[in-house]
Amino acid sequence: MVAPAPAVVVDGLHKSFRLPHERVHTLKERVLHPLRRTSHENFRALSPLSFSVAEGEFFGIVGRNGSGKSTLLKCLAGIYHADGGQAWIRGRLSTFIELGVGFNMDLAARDNIVINGVMLGLSPREARRHVDEVIDFAGLQQFTDLKVKNYSSGMLVRLGFSVLIHVDADVLLIDEVLAVGDAQFQQKCHDQFTSIRRAGKTVLLVTHDMSAVERYCDRALLLERGEMTMLGDPHEVGMNYLQVNFEQERDPGETPLPAPERGRYGDRRAEILRTWCEDAGGRPATALAHGEPCALCAEALFREDVDDALFGFNLHSSEDHNVLAASTEQLAASEVSHFRAGERVTFRVRFDNLLAAGRYEVTPAIARGGAWIDRRERFGSVVVTSTRGTDAVVDLPYEVTLQRSATAPEVVT
Amino acid sequence: MTALLGTPVRGPTALGDSPARFARLTWTLAVTQFKLKFYGSALGYLWQLMRPLMLFGVLYVVFNLALNLGKGEMYFPVQLLLGVVLYTFVVEAVGSAVNSVVERENLVRKIEFPRMAIPAAAVLTAAFNLGLNLVVVTIFGVIQGVPVHVGLLEVPLLLLVLVAFTLGISLLVAALYVRFRDIKPITDVFLQVLFYATPILYPLATLPANLRPWFMLNPFAIVVQQARHAVIDPTGLSPFALGAGAQICGAVAIVVVLCTLGYRVFRRMAPQMAEEL
Repeated sequence: MVAPAPAVVVDGLHKSFRLPHERVHTLKERVLHPLRRTSHENFRALSPLSFSVAEGEFFGIVGRNGSGKSTLLKCLAGIYHADGGQAWIRGRLSTFIELGVGFNMDLAARDNIVINGVMLGLSPREARRHVDEVIDFAGLQQFTDLKVKNYSSGMLVRLGFSVLIHVDADVLLIDEVLAVGDAQFQQKCHDQFTSIRRAGKTVLLVTHDMSAVERYCDRALLLERGEMTMLGDPHEVGMNYLQVNFEQERDPGETPLPAPERGRYGDRRAEILRTWCEDAGGRPATALAHGEPCALCAEALFREDVDDALFGFNLHSSEDHNVLAASTEQLAASEVSHFRAGERVTFRVRFDNLLAAGRYEVTPAIARGGAWIDRRERFGSVVVTSTRGTDAVVDLPYEVTLQRSATAPEVVT
Repeated sequence: MTALLGTPVRGPTALGDSPARFARLTWTLAVTQFKLKFYGSALGYLWQLMRPLMLFGVLYVVFNLALNLGKGEMYFPVQLLLGVVLYTFVVEAVGSAVNSVVERENLVRKIEFPRMAIPAAAVLTAAFNLGLNLVVVTIFGVIQGVPVHVGLLEVPLLLLVLVAFTLGISLLVAALYVRFRDIKPITDVFLQVLFYATPILYPLATLPANLRPWFMLNPFAIVVQQARHAVIDPTGLSPFALGAGAQICGAVAIVVVLCTLGYRVFRRMAPQMAEEL
């Protein structure tokens, strides 16, 4: 069997920008300072980069601000002219860098759908044919003839997304659209993404939102200063992104970062040594009975002085649901500040075991100011035993009652 | 192998990959712009007519009635109106094309878009207005009793030359404005000069005979003068009857050079436009 040809192939694509030190904008300046323009520097936005994306793949591109991810997207979209290298895109391409490009605030939704559709590559006739579907999909039937400027931002996004989906592109390039709007609004975007994904389209998504990357992407690419530093599993890329994101805040004089270890993140100013579970009697246990109190524990050793550390646990079920997220966040500041180098700390989370029967994996972590000090994923595991069977994620205590009304009232004589 | 991969990404260009898409986008932009211009105003399209008519009214009162510049010309009011309408087209087209690319920044920076469609649409919008204004000129001419001439057949050719001249300038200034913002005032001055360098409010016949051929170096002057000769007054001066052969060749050369230069400069600058904005 021949593997299907990839939908997107990027081969050695690179791009630099000329950054004039003093921008010459008028002829007069140019005449008066004819030599000034020679003073510019080349900023390498994208170093030669190669990768390919399979058909139907949801591909994430992540990186810090200025790491070149939008430049990459714009080179692929044909907005920027790449300096060298080549890229191929198979099928119809649609770019979604901003919501509703070409939307005209003074026109009604109907006109805007046609205009936006034409901008995105449809013929006017195709665009007109799709108008009703687009409006139905966006759920804006009552507002068809309302000027777009009277739309709420949520309605605009729905309209923009809806047009995008109906363009029938095979390859979608999407930049950062999730970053705008309120929570409800982002939920809309997420729902739309799920449907795009289900439709089997190839998507390249540029984002800062690591949860989106983990939720939708099959693979992800991490860019740093225009270079690809990682390509692969979205979860690992996401974790690495969080690490590079905070790395720059460290002083260069500090101890160098430890060698990367799979599933382990952080600068290790403190190290998690071991993790275990305790049963109702406080004894270490590998199996916990449902309904009993229990505890998750971990021991850590501080290598350096650390102020304000945050300790926490995640517990994942075998279906990969995160069933517990507990941390020292609620503790008083005095209890979690001023750890000295050499200090050993045991942190313990006690809870009533309401989990369904099964195996759970324990992820202990220490963090400071949003950056990992040490996070060891799935470092330990524990089995929960129960006498009751359930297919729910947790097995909450409940009380059941049944109230029946008499259907045949007795005859009173 | 590469055939399997589909089309390579070519990057931004002036015209894009597909002429059909270029045409669709130009048309859509122009129609939208045309619709929007008077959207929400009570009298709508009437305002579009008002502009040339008001200018015509002022010029007519001041220069024809007060200064009596049009004496001896047949149907001078119609001639004046025709000149004003043609000049309005150039002003509208060039004036809106200059900053069109900068104003439509989001089309250039946010989606793949053939850049030249933007100034082309500005010229097309102005052409729509010209079409409607010419209807008004026709009505005005009928009222004034201008007879129908065979010369009407020359009109499409003259309009073609006019559009070529205007499009050439529009592309040139639109491309240059992205990098040099003083193109805008330069363009404004140029349009002013064009008005007075063209026999619009003064008949060509009022100029000394030895100067007349030199005015024919201006392609726009040829279009205006020949249009008047062909449509309104066949007894009036035709640019081709002035013994100005060399100057007319020069004017044709100017149109050709403007079109080529405008196209080439725009094409040359198109790939970088998204970064320069």
